[in-house]
Amino acid sequence: MHRVKVRVVEDALDANNTIARANRADFDAHGVTVINLMSSPGAGKTTLLEALLAEGIDGVRVGVLEGDVQGSMDADRLASLHVPVTQLNTDPGFGGECHLDANMVRSALPALPLHDIDLLIVENVGNLVCPAEFHVGEDARVMVSSVTEGEDKPLKYPLMFRTCDLVLVNKLDLMPHLDVDLERFLHNLDAVHPDVERMLVSARTGEGIDAWRTWLSELVAARSGAAV
Amino acid sequence: MHELSVSAAVVDTAVRHAAGRKVTHVHLRVGALRQVVPDSLAFYFEIVARDTLCEGAVLEQELIAARLRCESCATEWEVDAPAFRCPGCAGAEVAVVCGNELEVESIDVEQQEAACTA
Repeated sequence: MHRVKVRVVEDALDANNTIARANRADFDAHGVTVINLMSSPGAGKTTLLEALLAEGIDGVRVGVLEGDVQGSMDADRLASLHVPVTQLNTDPGFGGECHLDANMVRSALPALPLHDIDLLIVENVGNLVCPAEFHVGEDARVMVSSVTEGEDKPLKYPLMFRTCDLVLVNKLDLMPHLDVDLERFLHNLDAVHPDVERMLVSARTGEGIDAWRTWLSELVAARSGAAV
Repeated sequence: MHELSVSAAVVDTAVRHAAGRKVTHVHLRVGALRQVVPDSLAFYFEIVARDTLCEGAVLEQELIAARLRCESCATEWEVDAPAFRCPGCAGAEVAVVCGNELEVESIDVEQQEAACTA
């Protein structure tokens, strides 16, 4: 018996990325643009979706895939907005994972009305760490950072802030009640992800939601233009 | 980073490449930009490896510092604290030279001596 070195040189998350690519191929085949929406718990993902979907996006049919460890509270909240919503729980069957991965999203594909939507928003589990590591087949990643979380978050969670194409700075309406230095937050964001696109929004007052609506609309248009 | 998920992925990768042979060492390259705590990973690896070909295997973690390169002026620098804007020209277009790895580089396996053929 002797020891043999076997050269592997394989990314540990290769399996996930392979499935993510398969998801992406399926989404592309149906002409669906996919957003992975991430944030810490309570930053306002679902409330932002409520604000966005209350008016909808002109010419864009939206569907939502809700990811939570347990329960269907978020899906129930969105159900009244007349968009197809599918709930995906990580607890039964996926070990209560703290993030969505490509395999979980793949398992939800049969339940998604891909023929009837142009944009799928995957609302990930509230978590600033793991979701950043696991691609699910999305076209773009949007994260929500609320002003109540303080100025340091970009420095503490660089991977999440770096992996996103757009940062929605939410709960702007609370600024008068907080001692948060927004300029400092933006400075820290810039240190971690220079020039990343960012929008100052308030799901509660609606400030900035139209700009986000336009961003999504342009993304869908660009993707449909590309997918011939 | 959820070290449990990562160690499960590492064990899966190692077992696949072991092709039925017992694994004694797993050499993992871990970039500083990945959110992995080495002690935590070693802890979960040992647990996840039980009852697999990796049981008892040593997990060797090679920690790779994060090195960035500016796409505008080619300045290269190492990052400790998050500082991703180019220190040379303040450019925002930055490439990661190394530090993003989460890679099973190689594994050591026990192989039966091949029978001598004359």
